[in-house]
Amino acid sequence: MCLAIPGQVVAFVAEQPALVRVDVGGVRRNVNIGLLEEGELALGDWVLIHVGFALSKIGEAEARDQLRMLRAMGEDELAMEEVRGYSFAADDGERR
Amino acid sequence: MSLKYVDEFRDPSLIATVANEIKRSIDPERHYRIMEVCGGHTHAIYRHGLRDILPENVELVHGPGCPVCVLPTGRVDDGLAIASQPNVVLACFGDMMRVPGTKGTPLELRARGADIRMVYSPLDALKLAQENPDTHVCFFAIGFETTAPSTALTVLRARELGIGNFSVFSNHVTIVPAMRAILDSPGMRLDGFIGPGHVSSIIGCRPFEFVAQRYGKPVVVAGFEPLDVLESILMVLRQLRAREATVENQYRRIVPWQGNAAALRALAAAFELRPYFEWRGLGFISQSALKLKSAFAEWDAEARFAVPGVRVTDPRAAQCGEILKGVLKPPQCKLFGKECNPEHPVGALMVSSEGACAAHYRYARLDEAVHA
Repeated sequence: MCLAIPGQVVAFVAEQPALVRVDVGGVRRNVNIGLLEEGELALGDWVLIHVGFALSKIGEAEARDQLRMLRAMGEDELAMEEVRGYSFAADDGERR
Repeated sequence: MSLKYVDEFRDPSLIATVANEIKRSIDPERHYRIMEVCGGHTHAIYRHGLRDILPENVELVHGPGCPVCVLPTGRVDDGLAIASQPNVVLACFGDMMRVPGTKGTPLELRARGADIRMVYSPLDALKLAQENPDTHVCFFAIGFETTAPSTALTVLRARELGIGNFSVFSNHVTIVPAMRAILDSPGMRLDGFIGPGHVSSIIGCRPFEFVAQRYGKPVVVAGFEPLDVLESILMVLRQLRAREATVENQYRRIVPWQGNAAALRALAAAFELRPYFEWRGLGFISQSALKLKSAFAEWDAEARFAVPGVRVTDPRAAQCGEILKGVLKPPQCKLFGKECNPEHPVGALMVSSEGACAAHYRYARLDEAVHA
């Protein structure tokens, strides 16, 4: 329920300032950045993602810690399933 | 020492050092009861076998921080009553799908013909509404302050886009009043708290100061790796030894002391506190849950649909409430592992991986079998 999934910002989404494209273990999806301050994110930054929203900006080392923790908790598959499942912004043929 | 899976973590060598520090920080004559508030910590403690490396007189008490666990049966019934209305789609997180209501789980109701869909984000539910303009889509919102800001922004977005066939059935709850209720409950003796990690990334650490100031109990906001949890336990024990009570932040790499201002603004824009809300096991707690502000009545499922709103008591034999309050441990419930198991959960604590019963069933029973 309270999965917090690390992802790296790989693109800003044209015409949709509320979204950024993130890469989570090779899967790319758009997530909402409305819970961060405006202008907080740059390309290459890492964020923690929860239910389709970036909750906070984190460092690269923290992102790797978080990924390792999900793996050790046996929740990495669940996390990938969640990210793949975000359908609100699937516009790249990667859906399902 | 049987610490599982630690090799995968940062600084595994530090685990033994911290475990030794814990031993040196305690009074062997004293029994310590420390509550981990968050279900994510409960899961981590079981998963990594952390109880096995703590001294016997340091007891971890599982707290109420599991959203599906604290949702009372009556609210599940209310959500399913909405799903039973004609031309309505109920959108739920996966965790909700197997939570039993009086007449079955959302999954079972779906098998009987209700249109209930699983979503991964409230924005997915909003998209369903946009794609199905002739249907009403209701999002069954659950979760603590980690999740509520996402629902808030989704409702703000629905208003911005003028989407009228979408509503939220809000069951969002706030952790601080639940901690206060536990501290005030008679017979409850706790020495300190491991504070919730991701909730605190939203609300910050200050909301916990009353626990230290008014109740004289230490609170340490903690991360979720084994070393984080052990370090946090050590920090609580050191405060107890020094007869101090403050709020400390062990999870500084994620949790800012002030929280997330943008998320708090989103919460304040869409939600207000309910006068009271029922929690499974803890009963009615004042100002412990969020409802949409009246300006958002158009998107408030409770304003749009007549929900039964009936209070339903748990099955008499099930002792979910005592376990949620930390009075009983999972195997002390008469149904544990018998009528109530992960295949056929009687109570919600057996459903979610963050529920104490599911975690105990999955990990501790395995340990008992191995040690037997």
